[in-house]
Amino acid sequence: MSPNARRLLSFLGILAVLVAVWEGYKWMGTATGGVWPGTGIDLPVRTNERSMPHTWDIIIALLRPARRGGDMLLLVLLKAALFTWRSALLGFVLGSAVGFGLGVLFVRSALAERGLMPHVVASQTVPILAIAPILVVWAGRLNVTRWLVVAVVSAYLAFFPVAINTLRGLRSPDATASELMRSYAATPNQVLWKLQVPAALPYLFPALKIAATASIIGAIVGELPASMPDGLGRAILNFAAAFSAAPEKLFASILVASLVGIGFVGIVVLAERILIPPSRRLEDVGEAAGPRGRALKEVVA
Amino acid sequence: MSALSLRGVEKVFNPGSDQEVRAVHGVDLSVERGEFISVIGPSGCGKSTLLRLIGDLTPPSSGTVLVNGKTPAKARLDRDYGMVFQSATLLEWRRVQANVELPLEIMGMDAAERSRQAAAMLELVQLDRFANHYPWQLSGGMQQRVAIARALVFKPSILLMDEPFGALDEMTRERMQSELLRIRAETGTTVVFVTHSIPEAVFLSTRVVIMSPRPGTITEVVDIDLPEPRSDETREDQHFFELLTGVREGLRAVEDS
Ligand SMILES: Nc1ncnc2c1ncn2[C@@H]1O[C@H](COP(=O)(O)OP(=O)(O)O)[C@@H](O)[C@H]1O
Ligand SMILES: [Mg+2]
Repeated sequence: MSPNARRLLSFLGILAVLVAVWEGYKWMGTATGGVWPGTGIDLPVRTNERSMPHTWDIIIALLRPARRGGDMLLLVLLKAALFTWRSALLGFVLGSAVGFGLGVLFVRSALAERGLMPHVVASQTVPILAIAPILVVWAGRLNVTRWLVVAVVSAYLAFFPVAINTLRGLRSPDATASELMRSYAATPNQVLWKLQVPAALPYLFPALKIAATASIIGAIVGELPASMPDGLGRAILNFAAAFSAAPEKLFASILVASLVGIGFVGIVVLAERILIPPSRRLEDVGEAAGPRGRALKEVVA
Repeated sequence: MSALSLRGVEKVFNPGSDQEVRAVHGVDLSVERGEFISVIGPSGCGKSTLLRLIGDLTPPSSGTVLVNGKTPAKARLDRDYGMVFQSATLLEWRRVQANVELPLEIMGMDAAERSRQAAAMLELVQLDRFANHYPWQLSGGMQQRVAIARALVFKPSILLMDEPFGALDEMTRERMQSELLRIRAETGTTVVFVTHSIPEAVFLSTRVVIMSPRPGTITEVVDIDLPEPRSDETREDQHFFELLTGVREGLRAVEDS
């Protein structure tokens, strides 16, 4: 079986397990009246239709009109997702560029790293919910289109993993490689572009995958204070408000939001496949082994 | 003018701190153009440090180093040094050809000329058939030959080698030694070669420099008057064995002291 087929199969398998756990828990709760079997202890989550709609009801809700006589919910959500994704994509690009730039700055200047790194780290501990309205208000005075503001909120979350991993990647070449460059009397820019950046690429992609998902979360959250009517943020808020009446719609929007995230990460993975040969790819797990760990794994006759 | 002249060279790491290390002490050495000098000594005696002082990878604490009559910094900017370390340190994202072209690229040579010179160099190390391979597709010995090609492609006047064959098996090692002598005969490069193998030092060199344990200083310089060109027969020559013994005794003397 090809590795791709195996990956797809394990994805579907895990999906099936998740559905089975959801439905199994629901079935058990219904059978016992909401307690653990044989005890009087309440289950942590109620299993009625309000708390946990059937998985198939969620799928069916996607295929029904969102409101009487309107478009299919799936279509409505996909439209909203596309709108959100536009901000997220720009935020991703913006954030990645800023993150990469910071990585380069830090590797060039220990002073900049010492001075700025604590702020970079602190920036991520400030809740994005607090940052977003501030940015929206500031940008409102500057008359910037609102979806661009949302992109900035999204970039705020996306830049961090890229900055950290870029720095790590730029530092990854052996000391001897740097000494060789020195012996060729290479300029700092030549060292950067011919040694450090190519060495950093395998480190960059895992960060870009995180940045892709973070940028979508940033965009969804950014849409709320910007009171954008068209994005996933508003849709989720609306369905959350109507949760008790139609819980399956909120679950459906969560499903679509995560599909957008998966799609976005998929694009990054595709780019990685094209740009980084297998021997240099870092696994997302256990990347500490580094690209050299597997260098001699395959030997061409 | 000598290719290399060291006068009272001293290197102290972390001076004044409790981690102070006197790595190299009072080294005087003069090397003529075209010589092949091996530096041998117990591990940790400062051989690599000496090489790095010559190559402007670390500054001396005192004393003077002159390379072709220039300071090491000037010599480095003039691209007088080719360097080969124990690990080949090839750039894994570049094919063999592109690895050898790297120094020329940095010098700003145009692509056609670069490609021609790198190809010629790969032929010299007999790897022209592997120009389009990636480093990980080559054996350790082949990788090291690429590293040598890369070090020589811009025709440096002095080649600094730090245990370049240290990670290779004995058979490959001897083949690489003969190869190195053949290449050097064609290029006429001056070589400073760090090793801890006595036969390797004797086989390759015009002179063997013996260093004492820390702080490393030169205790003896042994002239290797073996006939040129050296070959596998050299290794069985009676005089080769006498010289081995001479170097071994020189080393034993410093280790016992
Ligand atoms: N950058 C450094 N900082 C501190 N000590 C060093 C440094 N480089 C080498 N040394 C010390 O200097 C001594 C000589 O090292 P080195 O020249 O590498 O020895 P050799 O190559 O002969 O084995 C060793 O004790 C080593 O620990
Ligand atoms: Mg050493």
